[in-house]
Amino acid sequence: MKAQDTATKWAAAINEVRIGATPADGGTRRNTVTIGGAQCVPWLAYEGKTGNRPAIAVEIWDRGGETWPGALLEQYGDCVKDPAAWAKKAAEFGADLICLKLMGAHPAMGGISAREAADTVKSVLAAVDLPLIVWGCDVNERDNEVLPKCSEAAKGENCLFGTIKEKNYRTLVASCLADGHKLLAESPLDINIAKQLNVLAHDVGYPLEQLVIFPTTAALGYGFEYVYSIMERSRLAGLGGDPLLRQPTLCDVGLQAWRAKEAITAEDALPGFGPVGARGPLWEAITATNYLQAGADLLVMRHPGSIRLVKESIDRLCSVPAA
Amino acid sequence: MALSGLEIYKHLPKSNCKECGVATCLAFAMKVASGQASLEGCPRLDEKGKTALGEAGAPPQSLISFGANGYGFEIGQETVLYRHEDKFYHPTAISVCINDSLDNAILEQRCKELSAIAFDRMGKTSVVDMLALVNASKDTARFAEAARLAAASFPRSLALLSPDPTALRAAGEAVAARRPLLWALCTGSNPEAFFKVAEDLRLPLCIEAPGFEALAGLADQARVSGLKDLVLSPGPVSSQEGCAFLTQSRRAAITKKFRSLGYPVAMMAMDEDPLRATVDACWYILKYAGIVVANLTRPEHILALAATRQDIYTNPQIPVQVPAGLHEVGDPGPDAPVLVTTNFALSYYSVESEISSARIPAYILAVDTEGTSVLTAWAAEKLTGATTAEALAKARAAEKAGHKKVIIPGLVSVLSGSIKEESGWDVIVGPREASGLVSFLKANWRS
Repeated sequence: MKAQDTATKWAAAINEVRIGATPADGGTRRNTVTIGGAQCVPWLAYEGKTGNRPAIAVEIWDRGGETWPGALLEQYGDCVKDPAAWAKKAAEFGADLICLKLMGAHPAMGGISAREAADTVKSVLAAVDLPLIVWGCDVNERDNEVLPKCSEAAKGENCLFGTIKEKNYRTLVASCLADGHKLLAESPLDINIAKQLNVLAHDVGYPLEQLVIFPTTAALGYGFEYVYSIMERSRLAGLGGDPLLRQPTLCDVGLQAWRAKEAITAEDALPGFGPVGARGPLWEAITATNYLQAGADLLVMRHPGSIRLVKESIDRLCSVPAA
Repeated sequence: MALSGLEIYKHLPKSNCKECGVATCLAFAMKVASGQASLEGCPRLDEKGKTALGEAGAPPQSLISFGANGYGFEIGQETVLYRHEDKFYHPTAISVCINDSLDNAILEQRCKELSAIAFDRMGKTSVVDMLALVNASKDTARFAEAARLAAASFPRSLALLSPDPTALRAAGEAVAARRPLLWALCTGSNPEAFFKVAEDLRLPLCIEAPGFEALAGLADQARVSGLKDLVLSPGPVSSQEGCAFLTQSRRAAITKKFRSLGYPVAMMAMDEDPLRATVDACWYILKYAGIVVANLTRPEHILALAATRQDIYTNPQIPVQVPAGLHEVGDPGPDAPVLVTTNFALSYYSVESEISSARIPAYILAVDTEGTSVLTAWAAEKLTGATTAEALAKARAAEKAGHKKVIIPGLVSVLSGSIKEESGWDVIVGPREASGLVSFLKANWRS
C-alpha cells in the first residue's frame, strides 16, 4: 500500500467567498480577501487543493474597548476609544480584514443610534483600506435597526455582515442583498440549525455561495472539542457534496480565548502555570491554530503576538504540499 | 477482511469464563470486532480458532504500554478517524526531551522541574507523562549513566532515543525495570541490531523511517523478526508532513486494515522556537499522535498541550459532569455565599476555579441539568425555579449555610421570581460570566 491509496476522493469543494471590493469592483479597498476553496480535509494536500489561505480579521469595537483585558489594552493603548485609530492599529498588527463589532448598539453599552453606527462604519472604511466585517451587538431588535443603515453606508464595499440567526435573518438578508454584502450565518453548536439557516436565507433570495458559517466558538479548554467536532462533521458533509454545508467557516477566537482563566489569571492564583503575560497570547494563538485543523477559514483575533504566531503557522501549513 | 462479532464468536470457547475481563464470550467478540480488544485477551482460544481468525481478529491498531511502578501508560488501539464517530481512547503521552550531554546537576534539575509540572483543570490533573532522553553525547556509558539519573529524578515514563544500538542496549538495561520505550533513531541504518536489543530486553521499540512506505516496510521487517510492541516515527519532518503522515497511517490502519502501519505514532515537535514547537505539538495531539516529544521547558507551553489533549480526548457521547448537589469550596462556614450553577463540568469548574483561585470560601449548588450548561439547561427547562428549589432542599443548603440567600447566574436572571417562589430563598442575581464573580462577591456579599 502507498500513502496515496489512503487519499479520499471528495465530491465537492468548499465555496470560495470573496470579501471586499477594490476600485475596479466599485469599492475603495486596496485588495480583497478570498476564503474557502478547500478540496480536501484540512491540510491534506496529497488528496486535493487545500484552498485559499485562512485569513485573520482583527477585532475592534465601536465602544467599550476599555473593558478588554489589560494585556490587550497594553497593546492598543488609547486607540480603543476611537474605532478609526483602532482599525489603523489593527492593520499595523497584520490584519487581513478588520472585524468591527458594534457593541455600542447594545442597550447596556449606550444603545447608539443607527446613524452613529453607520458613521462609525464610514470612519473605519476611511481609516483603513482593508476589507471589513461588520458585526451587530447580538440584540436582535437593535441589530435590525442599526445594521441596515450600516449596510447602506458601506454599499459597494462587499463587506461581511453578521450575524443572521434562525430566528432573526430577514432584515439583514434584505439589506445585504440590496447593498451587495456577504453574510455570516450563526448556528450555535448545531449542524442542523446551520443547514436550516442557510435554507432560510436562500428561500428569501440570498445565494448559498455568499454565506459564511459561524458555528459559534469555544476557547481551548472550554468546550473547544465540541466546536471542533461540529466543524469536522460539517466539513466532511460539505466536501461530500452537501450544498448546505459547503460554506467556509469563521471562528471568533479572540473574544473567547481572552475570557479563559488561563489567559487572564495571574500566576499567583495559578501557581505553576507560567507567567500570565505569556499565557494570554498563547491561549489565543493555540485556540486559533487548533481550529485550523478542523477547517477554520476566517479567524477573528486580538493580540498582535497571537496574530504573528498564527500567521506564521498558516505560512508553514501553506508552504510545500505534503508528499 | 474485518470480521463481525458473530463470526468471531463462532470460534470462541463460549464458556463465558470471564477470564478476558468481559462478562460473556459474545460481548468479548463484539469488543474484538470493534477493535477495542485483542483476541489474545482470550486465554482459552484454541489453535484452530487462532488460525481461523488469524490477523482479522487483531485490533487495527496495537495497544502499546510502557512505564512501570504505577506510572504505566498505554497508547494506541484507536478505532476511528474522527472523535464524533465514537471517541478517542488512549490520550497522547506528553513527552519532553532532554539531552544526555547536559551536566549531571543540570540534568537532575531539569528532570525534577519536569516532574513537578502539574496542571489542575476541570477536575483532572495533567502532567508531563514521559521524559525523552536523547543520546546527544553519542557516548554509550554516558547515555546509560544519564538514563539512571533521569530514572532517579523523574518518576513517570521514560523514552531512550539513540541512533546507536549499543548505546540503546546499555541505557535500556540500566533502567529496564522502568520499562522505557526504546527509540531507534534512523532505525534503517542497522534495523536487525535494534530489533535484537528490543527483543533481548523485552521492551517496546519505536522505529523511525522517513515516510509511509519506508515505515511500513520497516514495521513488516520488525514483525517478521518477532517484535509486536512497536511505535512508529516518521522522523524529523515539517508539521505539515507530520500531520499528513499521521492521517495517512491512521486511515491505512483503521479503514484499510493495513496491518503494517497498525501501531501508534510518535511525533517530535523540535522547533527551536518554543511557540512554533507548541503549535506543532498541539496539531499532532489533535491529529492522532500516540506520543508527542516536544522541545519545551516552560510550563505555559506544556499547558497548551495538556489542555488540547484534555479537550480532544473528551468522550463526545457523555457530557462531562460533576456530581449534582452542594459542593464546598475552601471550607465554607455559615454565612458563606451559595452560588447556583449546573452540573455541566465546564459551568461548574468555571465557577469553582474563580472562587478557589481568589480563596473565597463558598458553597456551589450544582443543579442536576443532565450535564448541560446554564443557558441550555434554562432553555430546556432543566434549570428552573422548581429544580433549583429541589436541589437547595435536598442538599439542606439552608442548614449548612445558615442563611437563605442564593446567588444565581446573571444569564438566567429571569428565574429570580420563580426560584424565590418555589424555595423561599432570597435571590441575588450574579454576574453573567463566572469571571465577574470575584469582584461581584467582594462588592455585594456581606457575611
